[in-house]
Amino acid sequence: MRSFIAALSLGTVLSVSALAAPVEIQWWHAMTGANNDRVNQIVEAFNASQADYKVVATFKSTDYTELMNQTIAAYRAGTAPHITQIFEVGTATMMSAKGAVKPVFELMAEAGEKFDPKSFLPAITGYYSTADGKMLSMPFNSSTAIFYYNKDVFAKAGLDPEKAPKTWPEAFDAAKKIRASGHPCGLTTAWVTWTQMENFSAWHNIPYGTKSNGFGGFDTEFKFNNPTVIKHFETLNDLQKDGTFKYGGRTTQPEGLFVSGECAMIATSSGFLGNLMRNAKFNFATAMLPYYPDVAGAPQNSIIGGATLWVMGGKKADEYKGVAKFFTHLSKLDVQVTNHQQTGFLPVTIAAYEETKKSGFYEKNPGRETPILQLQNKAPTENSMGVRFGNLPKIRDLIMDEVEAAFAGKISVKQAMDNAVANGNEELRRFERTAKN
Amino acid sequence: MTPASSAKAPFQNKLLPLMLLLPQLLITLVFFYWPSVQAVQQSLYIEDPFGLSSEFAGLANFTALFKDARYVDAFLRSLFFSAAVAGISLSLSLLLAVCADRVVRGATAYKTLLLLPYAIAPALAGITWMFVVHPSIGIVGRAFIAMGIEWNYLLNGNQAMGLVIFAAAWKQISYNFIFFLAGLQSIPQSLMEAAAIDGAGPAKRFRDIVFPLLSPTAFFLLVVNIVYAFFETFGVIHAVTSGGPSKSTEILVYKVYSDGVVGLDIGGSAAQSVILMVIVIALTFVQFRYVERKVHY
Repeated sequence: MRSFIAALSLGTVLSVSALAAPVEIQWWHAMTGANNDRVNQIVEAFNASQADYKVVATFKSTDYTELMNQTIAAYRAGTAPHITQIFEVGTATMMSAKGAVKPVFELMAEAGEKFDPKSFLPAITGYYSTADGKMLSMPFNSSTAIFYYNKDVFAKAGLDPEKAPKTWPEAFDAAKKIRASGHPCGLTTAWVTWTQMENFSAWHNIPYGTKSNGFGGFDTEFKFNNPTVIKHFETLNDLQKDGTFKYGGRTTQPEGLFVSGECAMIATSSGFLGNLMRNAKFNFATAMLPYYPDVAGAPQNSIIGGATLWVMGGKKADEYKGVAKFFTHLSKLDVQVTNHQQTGFLPVTIAAYEETKKSGFYEKNPGRETPILQLQNKAPTENSMGVRFGNLPKIRDLIMDEVEAAFAGKISVKQAMDNAVANGNEELRRFERTAKN
Repeated sequence: MTPASSAKAPFQNKLLPLMLLLPQLLITLVFFYWPSVQAVQQSLYIEDPFGLSSEFAGLANFTALFKDARYVDAFLRSLFFSAAVAGISLSLSLLLAVCADRVVRGATAYKTLLLLPYAIAPALAGITWMFVVHPSIGIVGRAFIAMGIEWNYLLNGNQAMGLVIFAAAWKQISYNFIFFLAGLQSIPQSLMEAAAIDGAGPAKRFRDIVFPLLSPTAFFLLVVNIVYAFFETFGVIHAVTSGGPSKSTEILVYKVYSDGVVGLDIGGSAAQSVILMVIVIALTFVQFRYVERKVHY
């Protein structure tokens, strides 16, 4: 009897090890529609390619802020996923959480997987690396701010529809002519802080804050209350009095003003193109963001938006090995090329960009190359690597509180920017205090 | 068993009543006491979002709040907002209830239609109204502009406030309506008839009989509406204005969200939650004392 039990248990052990369940790796994301389909394709392909690991992708929220909160709450409860998708403005918060996250360069080195930060577009590598060039998270979906204009309205207003405004003075002139022709609105902008302040500053090679926009440490302060930014917002403010410029909200809401044809020009994310191609009933074109020609060094390069994959801390070594293998799979040329071409996002590796260019994709899909050319316009400087400030999502709201007060005529633009810098700095000090460990 | 003995001791076993209470007690413990204790605890610390470092701060989070002009503004704004929401929804629903009470034909249809908004989630109510009044796409918003009104609640704080008050009050009208209607229908017909015979007209009957007899209902609804305006209007505000423009619709409960969830200020938002908890406890206390002692039929 005893030997029978022994044999039975031995048999169980053997069968368990022979049919060892694959190590499960949880991936939380915020992708919807075509992007969600792509996430599932990537995961299925990886799971089918080997038997040791199984990645489980879970859609958690459409909202990056909420996904970040769910991740943090899960970490505090000890149930964090292995991989989570965090938006670019959450970078400083994530990297300050030493121990709660596992830097990607470390993960890949420990697992012995090949990982070369130089294989990514420099604008992307820069945004997600430490000051000494170590990459903290895995690039996944990237975008940047670009300019769109309605060719039909341009033609009606007597402007050349094949010639995009290159500079802000040209864009303002076009907007005035469009407004004078009886069109309800010349120009609008989505994601005001991202397109008109963060990208605007990088594009003009002027600092957004001290310490290389926060890359040099948490003891940083904002610098965006400078004459260039103030002049830009004063012009926008003047132009909105007669509808030449229209403020339509803080994030994506103004995109509706462009799709409906009400506003003839918009600055917004490169990811907007897909929506526009499906819904616009007019001819349009994309262009690089306008700049002020009297600012030395402009145009520099724009900065990215979107999200990266962060690996959470405190997991088992074999799970980390699986994450590393999955990231290697994700970095493969064909996976990257499909990511770029099937979704509205930018290619994140140089190889995927070259391959897509060679295939003639950009000739067939005009507008898809504009954001890449703009990101690659010049090698990033300390003003154009990106912005790395703690509590940035909150600070963006604090800035918009002031900008809206200025647009409503309650305070001057200068006062608004000074207040925003002061309130933003207060948040930075609060972040510095809790992140100093 | 005699009736007397069963009335004296319905439960022979002392464990049984406890067992029967247990599920409710557990729910209260898990969903109220536990988070409340945690909120109080977190309000005394300054902490990073991940809970990696934590520093005892005493009452610093609370003193910082009351020194912050933006918090004091949000506090005053909440008082105005809840007074406006409660005032508008109570008076409109009383009017509707009095009208519905008099309707003879098709009364059920009117009542059903008036109750429908209650079934709509606050966020959906907000989105629905936004589509109606949006300056570019909303039918009413465009009509305002066509009439020459400078309608743009994206920049005009007073218009934004008016809009969220309206949407929040609209949603609460149904709830108040049911209670007022039930209250009206429980007023004995004989009283009204007697007053009518004595020569009291409809207005006098309403003032001297109906209104006093409705006062317990009205007081109960006042407290419920203030609590609603303080705590449950988050969805409306989040969907319509996100607290903007320039914080002009940021009430206390929205500030907890924007500081805690967007700003990741755990200690500060916990302190705000504790203050909100004190407010709701005070309101409940007032309600019980007042309803039980002062309002009689």
